[in-house]
Amino acid sequence: MLRNLPLWIVIISMAVSSCSPNTEAQAASALSTAYIENKGSDTIVNLALAWAERYQNDHPNVRISVTGGGSGTGLAALINGTVDIANASRQIKAEEVQAANENGIEPVEFIIARDAIAVIVNPANPVSMLTLRQISDIYSGVFNNWNQVGGEDRPIVRLSRETNSGTHVYFLETVLRLGEKENKTLFSTDTLLLPSSEGIIIEVRQNPNAIGYDGLGYVPVDLKKIAIAEAEGMPFYLPSIESVNDKTYPIARDLYMYTQGQPEGAVRDYLDWITSVDAQAIVAKLGFVPVR
Amino acid sequence: MEKSLNFREFIITRLIKLCGYSAIVFVALIFIFLMKEGIPTFQEVEPGILFSARWYPIEDYFGILPLITGTIMVTLGAALFAIPLGIGAAIYISEISPRWMREILKPLVELLGGLPSVVLGFLGILILSPFLRGFLNLPTGLTALAGSMLLGGIAVPTIVSVAEDALDAVPRAYREGAWALGATRWQTIWRVTLPAASSGVLTAVMLGIGRAIGETMTVMMVTGNAPVLALSLSNLFSPVRTMTATIAAEMGEVANGSIHYHTLFFIGMVLFLISLAINITASSVVFRTKKRYERILS
Repeated sequence: MLRNLPLWIVIISMAVSSCSPNTEAQAASALSTAYIENKGSDTIVNLALAWAERYQNDHPNVRISVTGGGSGTGLAALINGTVDIANASRQIKAEEVQAANENGIEPVEFIIARDAIAVIVNPANPVSMLTLRQISDIYSGVFNNWNQVGGEDRPIVRLSRETNSGTHVYFLETVLRLGEKENKTLFSTDTLLLPSSEGIIIEVRQNPNAIGYDGLGYVPVDLKKIAIAEAEGMPFYLPSIESVNDKTYPIARDLYMYTQGQPEGAVRDYLDWITSVDAQAIVAKLGFVPVR
Repeated sequence: MEKSLNFREFIITRLIKLCGYSAIVFVALIFIFLMKEGIPTFQEVEPGILFSARWYPIEDYFGILPLITGTIMVTLGAALFAIPLGIGAAIYISEISPRWMREILKPLVELLGGLPSVVLGFLGILILSPFLRGFLNLPTGLTALAGSMLLGGIAVPTIVSVAEDALDAVPRAYREGAWALGATRWQTIWRVTLPAASSGVLTAVMLGIGRAIGETMTVMMVTGNAPVLALSLSNLFSPVRTMTATIAAEMGEVANGSIHYHTLFFIGMVLFLISLAINITASSVVFRTKKRYERILS
């Protein structure tokens, strides 16, 4: 008997776990449970989780599953019809709309929050202000030493998210290419492409040569945010809710959710709630910028 | 009675045969799938671009040379760490250490092989790479070297385990013969035991390298993933991007059937061919040395 103890534990726990959802489902069966599948941007994932948690508390008949993976991953899932809502930190591309249309899906866009990209350095780095042009020149490999932008004589180590990150694409278009459509500047090849926000933060925390970027909501207080000016001779602004809302901080963007066609039923109710004052209060709490 | 026994024999033989063949079938199927998804790259990407030095797929730069050199750099580095360490440890465990020590060491080394690579990667980010940056005064510690050291650590248990078995299988008479001729312990190990076990030791090394070349998670976390063309030894101290890390980082995002998707499968194909080449070289060398030593020693 005792020899079979592990087996018994497995059997009992299986029996228990297969029971509990049943009882839960029975409790909610009067309202018939709705499932919402939500996937995409790693920038949005914490926000989406906080929303889903609160919403499920208030609406026990709705089950929302939230996963990250990157904006491209979420939109690819939307195109394949496997998610109800795709989170994206960039706007959907024309090719992606086309691919979705070929599968009979019409993506519909909702702006759910705003986010600022903070450029971060190690606290030991004396540089505290940069223009967009200087950051562009750092990342494209024109500047390779911190003393070229008023810092110490140290090599510059450029950190970036992987290319499947919406933040990467946004940073490329807005900062490296300064928002110019015909500008074809690329990241310097020796830019480190790290698979997660956490990787960038760990490296910036311990390496005084590093420069990185990340969503404002993800930057811990012990790292130094750079004040940024749109061009030479213009005032420098630190990223904050105020400087994003009055549009003085130059690297801020909208965050999106995409649905398969005009949303109906539970998905519509959820998206309506997301733009409510209640849900937008959570946005501010997580360090993002509310849309209302 | 006789008949049913024969029948059972027949079924069992067939089943075992099926298991043997299935390995070949699976490898063939995997390769066919890789070819099917990877070959279209040749029509979609010009060879001049495919074998260029710039990898930036979201803007249609599909140069895979930096990825190939990155993998080679990290793997060679790993071999440099793992081979002396692994074979040395195997010799110690099999030839020098007392019996009780051996009973402790061998399971411990094998336990090391069970460490999840993501855990090693995490240690790499938090401890090894800051240490390397400070110790060698590098711009960043996320380099090919950090990847090599951790991959070496991953390959060591494989090498030790297989090489130790091979050394242990060398008949005791060989060693006794050498001692009787007045050879020292070191001379016996270096001139008799190791050559006699050479085919097994070589297999151990190849298995270890195979383990290193295909490893993904650790290298993705610690090598910095910058697609730099790694042509000189100095690149060991700079960030590199390997083929495995590229596939792992980008496969989740690509649209099914796109150029980028096909190119990632093409990279998979190249990786498969490299491993195949290593294996074939190894077995042909093993085959040759085996014959030679069998002649000498028998």
